[in-house]
Order: sequence, then C-alpha cells, then structure tokens
Amino acid sequence: MKAILIRDLRLAMRAGGGFGLGLAFFLIVVVLVPFAVGPRADLHSVIASGILWLGALLACLLSLDRIFALDHEDGSLDLLATAPLPLEALVSLKALAHWLTTGLPLVLAAPFLAVLLNLPVAGYAPLLISLALGTPALSVIGTFGAALTVGVKRGGLLMSLLVLPLYVPTLIFGAEAARRGAEGLEYAPPLAMLAGITCGTIALLPFASAAVVRVNLR
Amino acid sequence: MASLWEYANPRKFIATSDRVLPWVGTMAVFCLVVGLVWGFFFTPEDYRQGASVKIIYLHVPAALMAINAWLMMLVASLVWIVRRHHVSALAARAAAPVGAVMTIIALATGALWGQPIWGTWWVWDPRLTSFLILLLFYLGYIALWAAIENDDTAADLTSVLCLVGSVFALLSRYAVLFWNQGLHQGASLSLDKKENVDNVFYLPLLVCIAGFVLLFVALVLLRTQTEIRARRMRALLARERMG
Amino acid sequence: MSLSAHNLSVSRGGIAVLEGLNFTLSPGRALILRGPNGSGKTTLLRTLAGLQRPLRGSVTAGAETLVYAGHADGIKSALTAQENLRFWSDIFGGGDVDAAMAAYELEGLADRPAGALSAGQKRRLGLARLIVAKRLVWLLDEPTVSLDTHATGLFAAAVRAHLGAGGAAIMATHIELRLEEAETLDVGPFKARATALDRFDEAFL
Repeated sequence: MKAILIRDLRLAMRAGGGFGLGLAFFLIVVVLVPFAVGPRADLHSVIASGILWLGALLACLLSLDRIFALDHEDGSLDLLATAPLPLEALVSLKALAHWLTTGLPLVLAAPFLAVLLNLPVAGYAPLLISLALGTPALSVIGTFGAALTVGVKRGGLLMSLLVLPLYVPTLIFGAEAARRGAEGLEYAPPLAMLAGITCGTIALLPFASAAVVRVNLR
Repeated sequence: MASLWEYANPRKFIATSDRVLPWVGTMAVFCLVVGLVWGFFFTPEDYRQGASVKIIYLHVPAALMAINAWLMMLVASLVWIVRRHHVSALAARAAAPVGAVMTIIALATGALWGQPIWGTWWVWDPRLTSFLILLLFYLGYIALWAAIENDDTAADLTSVLCLVGSVFALLSRYAVLFWNQGLHQGASLSLDKKENVDNVFYLPLLVCIAGFVLLFVALVLLRTQTEIRARRMRALLARERMG
Repeated sequence: MSLSAHNLSVSRGGIAVLEGLNFTLSPGRALILRGPNGSGKTTLLRTLAGLQRPLRGSVTAGAETLVYAGHADGIKSALTAQENLRFWSDIFGGGDVDAAMAAYELEGLADRPAGALSAGQKRRLGLARLIVAKRLVWLLDEPTVSLDTHATGLFAAAVRAHLGAGGAAIMATHIELRLEEAETLDVGPFKARATALDRFDEAFL
C-alpha cells in the first residue's frame, strides 16, 4: 500500500509531474482578481476569503485528470486492478497522494496569498482551518470525477462539468466558515458541516470510485 | 398476475407504450389547454401582484417536474444497478433532457415573475439557487451519457453518477439554505404553499400540474422508444459486422 | 491445476466474440493462443485476468495466482528502470528485482529513466515485471512485440524457467518459441455465432 503512495509522490516531484503547477495557478488567480475588480483594498478584504477558496478549488480541479488518466494510458491501471490490493484502497491512496501534492501545498500557501488580498487578521485562522478540513474532500470527490471519465479521451472538460456541481456543498461550507471568521462572527457551525462532508466523502465515495474504475476497465 | 418486470422487456415495452401514448398525449394537451386557458383568462388578478401572478401556472408545475424527473431517473438508475433491465437505463437517459428543460422553464418563468415582484431578474434565494445547481447536475448527467460509446458502460457510469449526484444535490440544498437563509421575500414565495393559495387559483393550478405530469410521461415514453430503437439499430449493425 | 475455463464465453462491448471455450492448464504447462487479429485473444486474456466478467461460463483459478501483461507495459517514464520494477515488486509478491533485471539483461540500464529506453528495452522491463510478481500463472498478450531475436530468446528462457519452477503460462503470440511444454489452442473454431448476442439484444431483435 505504501508503495503506491510513494510512487505517486515521486512521480509528482519528477520532471513533468506537475507538482507546483497547482500552486502557480493559485497564485495567478489571486493576482488576477485585483486586476478584475479594481485596486480597492476594502473590497479585496471583503472578498478575500471567497477568492482564496475558489482559487484553491480551481487549482485542485486542474490536476485531477492526472490521477487516473496517465495510469490508464500506460496500462498501469489494468495491472493495479489485478494486483493484490482492493481497488477501494487504490482510489483512496490516489486521492491521498493528490491531496498531499496539491491540496496540502494550497493550504500552506493560502495565508501568504491572503496578504495580497488584505484578508483581515481575524480571518487567517478560520481560512487555514477550513481549507485544511475541506481540501481532502475536494481530492476525494475529484478522484470520483476522474474515475468516471478515465475511459474518455480528452475528458478534462467533461470531468470539470461533472465535478464542479459536486464541489458546491464543500465550497459553500468552507467559504462560509472562512467568511464568517474574517468578519469576526462565529464560524464553528459551517466548519462542523464541512468536517462532516469531508468525513462522509472519505468514508463512502471510494466505493463509488472503485466501482466506476471497474466499469471503465471492462 | 403478470409481473411488473415484464414491461422491462423492450418489445413488450414498445408494444404497451404504443397503445398508451396516444391517450396520455391527448390527455396532456387537454389538461394543459384547459388549465392554462382557465388560469390565464378566467381567474381574478392577485390584489398585490396583479396579472403577473398568472405565471404560476407554468412556474409551479415545471418546478415540480424538474425535481420529480430527477427522482424518476434515480429510481430508474437503481433498477438498472440492481436488476439490469436495459429499458430502465434507457428511460433514465430519456428523462434527463426533459427534466433539464423543465428546470430551465422553472428558472426562466421564475425570473420573469421575479422581475415585476422583486424588482430583479435574479436573487440568490435558496430555492432559485438549488434549481440552478440541479440544472448543473442534469447537464453533467447528459454530457456523461453522450461521452461514453459503449451503452452498458455509459448506463453503469451514469447510474452511479445519478446516485452520488442525488446525495450531493441534497447536500447542496441544505448548504444553500444554510448559506442564505431568511433573505428571500417570504410573502411572494409562500404562494408555493398550497394553503396560501386561494381555491380560485388552486383548481386551475392542479389541472396544469396534471397536464405537466402527463406531458412528462408522454415525452419520456416517446423518448425511451426512440432510445430503444437506436439501441436496436446499433445491435443490428454490430451483428452485421460480425458476419 | 493452475487455471481452468469451463464453457467460457467472452464479450467485447456487449457482443460475444468467443464462446464455448474449455481448457485446463496444469502447473509446468503453457498454452499458446492462435487466431487472426480481432478474433478475441485479448478479450479472452482480459477475462481470464478478471478485468472483465465472462459472458457465460466460468474461470477457475486460485486466489492471487494470476499476473497479466497486456499491450501496454505499465512503465512510468519518469522513474528509472529499477524503480519501476521495485514498485511492481512491492505491490505484488515482493520478488527479487535484481534477478529479474538479470534475466532480461537490464542490469546496465537500471538507473536510466524508463522514458529513455527503446521500445524493445521497455518491453523487456515489462516482461521482467512478471518475474518479480511471483505469480503462478502468466497471462501474456503478444509478449514478443518489438523484441529482437536475442531478446525473444531471453523471453523463451524466462518462460521455460517459470514453467520449470511449477508455473504456467497462457500467451497470445505468433512467434514460434519452441517450447516443448506448450500446447496450441486455435481460437478460430470458438468464434461466437452471430446469434449469440447477449440476452438484451435477443429481446431487441
């Protein structure tokens, strides 16, 4: 089991692995927002938490098609499906590897990018906590989307269409917690809901993802 | 007594639906004409909303069918997963565009209604937002059917998507309520609650709802027939290729 | 008995391609599948490997006794040859990576990124994976594609060693490997008749 995780992490770090692309994308989104909405610092501090959540979500989405597509192309997925490892474990490990290479760096980078958008001081802790709690759900849901479209050539756009509606609850609760925190309000309730979504998806979605991979390999 | 599952046989399904379709279609047109004419021309105007209230006869039935179409797809997907009746999968596929159009009708009439009453085409009211999200789910579902070549694979994948999507649609509904609760203009929307609607509006509304239900059934039967025939054509072509 | 098929029918895209296959593979034996392109050899191998369900009939094999090698080798070009093999060794039975490399004369290429290998070298690496998998039954789909005469000899030796150690193999290949342990199965006579569509299509026609 560890071998898969290590391999995926190693592949992400090597040339062409795409590690850091998500981070760069996140940075660019955050830099572009002031150009789009104008240089008003007060406006930036109002929308900062939402922009950071949206940027993190899109950066996550960007790297989803790497989860299964490459393994499918070079035949690894066939071989992994016949390996002595349940497919449910495989998809969970893939999601974990995706989170470690994409979600976690985004969480760590968010406070620095928050400075660019004048996030109020009170908002840093809730932003960090909500992203840390929410990005695993993004990876797990995204793995399901990637599994659905693994058999489709150039399925990136289709995958976005399938995954983005599934991201709605996570985004709402995550961004709501970050926003309430930034405005100095109580942010525990949305955070609890977010944690619930994350736990639920981690526990249940791998079964759906594995079923879907099995169908796609037929 | 014959088992219900007999109708899952494509040939039996086509034969039965051929017999039923003219009746359902006629009834649908009849109900819609009666309900809409009655509603538009023979009901009083609302004392606050004026003539704009009459859009209720399109808006409410379309919104109801938008949700019920998805529920029907969910049931059909479950039947496909559990019993693997092909007609069921094809019926789910046939219902999706109808449901999507119902959602669009509900959203569009809602916007037209909202303009004079709320003074804006769109508010991020929980109910409106939920329908917008529902439309996204419909689009994703339809796109996935269209993208996969093998029929059985597509049926399997879309069924799982329908199941997972239903859970997430429900989650979204609660998330949206949480996100923006209490901001909508209660008085206008409470027209949706039956006890608030006067009988004068209520009866034609019921006829319109019946019309929409029948229209949906007729469209789904027709489209399922088409899907079955298209599938039969592909099977014949494949057989020909085998020689 | 390592693997047996009983009245097996296999399908591709919902349409039967082969039907009524019966065979038993004993330890130390090999079965060579013959048949023209598109006759369903790959579909049969994928069904045996458990990647798709049989249309009818059954495949009997012990738990975790099969290893499959398809057209694609499952090699990551960003990893070195040795890392690739080590990964599959960790996932499967933990076989000896160095011995497998030696069997296909890959020692000199161990630290080279797999992306820099030639097609034949990649194929040798893919075949070396079978050795580290330590499984009883090898399922091979055109294993000798892009191998030169010498490498084909290495492959034949590896198969012979595997059979000698009590293993078994089923392969679809057109190359004569001169394996005395091998029987040949021509899949041509088992071609599914046009009427043998699955139940759904029968109901449709």
